[in-house]
Amino acid sequence: MNIYGIRAIYRFEMARTFRTLWESIAAPVLTTSLYFIVFGKAIGSRMGDIDSISYGAFIIPGLIMLNLLNESISNASFGIYMPKWSGTIYELLSAPVSWVEVLIGYVGAAATKSVLLGLLILGTARIFVPYEIVHPFWMIAFLLLTAVTFSLFGFIIGLWADSFQKLQVIPMLVVTPLTFLGGAFYSINMLPPLWQKITLFNPVVYLISGFRWSFYGVADVHVAVSLGMTFGFLIICLAFVGWVFKTGYKIRS
Amino acid sequence: MIADKPTPIISVLGVNKIYADGFQALKKINLEIKRGEIFALLGPNGAGKTTLINIICGIVKATSGTIIADGHDTVRDYRTVRAIIGLVPQELHTDSFESVWATIKFSRGLFGKAPNSAYLEKVLRDLSLWDKRDQKIMTLSGGMKRRVLIAKALAHEPTILFLDEPSAGVDVELRHDMWRMVRKLRAQGTTIILTTHYIEEAEDMADRIGIINKGELIIVEDKEVLMQKLGKKQLTLTLRQAMMNIPAELSAWPLVLSNDGLVLVYSFNAQEEESGIAALLSKLGEHDIEFKDLRTSESSLEDIFVSLVHQPMG
Ligand SMILES: Nc1ncnc2c1ncn2[C@@H]1O[C@H](COP(=O)(O)OP(=O)(O)O)[C@@H](O)[C@H]1O
Ligand SMILES: [Mg+2]
Repeated sequence: MNIYGIRAIYRFEMARTFRTLWESIAAPVLTTSLYFIVFGKAIGSRMGDIDSISYGAFIIPGLIMLNLLNESISNASFGIYMPKWSGTIYELLSAPVSWVEVLIGYVGAAATKSVLLGLLILGTARIFVPYEIVHPFWMIAFLLLTAVTFSLFGFIIGLWADSFQKLQVIPMLVVTPLTFLGGAFYSINMLPPLWQKITLFNPVVYLISGFRWSFYGVADVHVAVSLGMTFGFLIICLAFVGWVFKTGYKIRS
Repeated sequence: MIADKPTPIISVLGVNKIYADGFQALKKINLEIKRGEIFALLGPNGAGKTTLINIICGIVKATSGTIIADGHDTVRDYRTVRAIIGLVPQELHTDSFESVWATIKFSRGLFGKAPNSAYLEKVLRDLSLWDKRDQKIMTLSGGMKRRVLIAKALAHEPTILFLDEPSAGVDVELRHDMWRMVRKLRAQGTTIILTTHYIEEAEDMADRIGIINKGELIIVEDKEVLMQKLGKKQLTLTLRQAMMNIPAELSAWPLVLSNDGLVLVYSFNAQEEESGIAALLSKLGEHDIEFKDLRTSESSLEDIFVSLVHQPMG
């Protein structure tokens, strides 16, 4: 195991964040604050409680998930796309590192960043709404699992993309709609019966539901199903990455 | 068993490369690099130099064939092999936003070496980069970026160094610095493989030379042997009086007369013991052909190269 190599990649990636620390933090904190002001205070005050949770508190887990998914994907995809784009990937390809090590470095850094951001949003939410976390262990577990899974997913997008447009197309056209329709702002019980069924094909539903369960002990789908689905997606991503590395697809000519 | 033949540090065995578009960039390359030598790979643009270097370094996959470096298969034992190889790529690929110091620290770590600030400082000082260590790479000139790439390649103390066209677009000062450093590295036992556009440089620097054209390795020789074997010498005589044609008595020598009849050129192989000059000169004397000037010249590596490849370097 090339520990120094993993550490070098990890640090390089973290340094990239810290160089743009202000943007990395300010933008998501500002947007979530706006969400809390608009949905939590202004509209939320006119909304009834959902599952006896105030609306402001209800949207916290969903908002964190929304940011977690976006940040994980964009950090990891950008991280591996950049060296491909600038040509510095030559160094990675000629270094004594295995692809597992490369993956640990990039995905580890991307996941670290999004977990830190998730916690930051959690702290920001506190300013606007009181909440408590019923299952803190599971909350952290979901946070980590989701961050790692979607960083992995982002890594795959970064490997696949050969233009900045492609880098953004999947997050924009697939992930954002799925997160918005994943029950971040509503309980799926509030949907018409047919849509309640259709929405179960949206993987994000399981993430948000499970995550919300760790906060308030209530969920749209059983928490075990949520956990299973999240693991399932993790394994799909791992298998895909394994195949990419084995074949050298889009990496080595 | 051949006892005293040292094992080569790199053996390229029957390497072929066909790119995805079907273009064959390398055709059955066999090449041995000796431990501790400076080896220059010469060839026109598109000959396959970069492809060969990239295959050895692990950036490009060979279609077939094997490469052994320091006793290890470069694919199967890639960890062992890559840890001792440094590469300065042809293109100036750098992380614009990183500082010089951060980027060479990164390189050292990536190649599996424990941090060693003292060593990295020395590398930067040798390359006159120490003053620039805190600067972002994008603020540096092209020549300085080239130095940064060299520093990165040396950051993990490699014993084999590849320099892919290191002097392309580089000013005279850096070129001198670089060659001084290359000589120093060789003195410390590092094996150096370089490709260059500047043939004089190969002539100056290399112990051995390989010439590659259209994916085929045409010749690999000690530099001296190559120059001797393929080099031509010329004797140029400037005559006092114009000559209409070459007298029949001189037909034993392959002579060429200039159009104005004033210059007589005699070409002969450099490695011939008996040049025939003495006999020619006395023959000229017998025929009262007087000359006011006499000059000999040797063909350069460039002449040899052009005659082998039939096209100028570019
Ligand atoms: N990725 C690639 N796909 C297809 N052809 C390539 C690729 N890279 C290089 N080539 C071709 O292979 C040949 C050798 O290229 P290269 O090794 O870069 O030559 P050199 O370094 O000697 O100039 C060239 O004709 C080039 O166009
Ligand atoms: Mg080249």
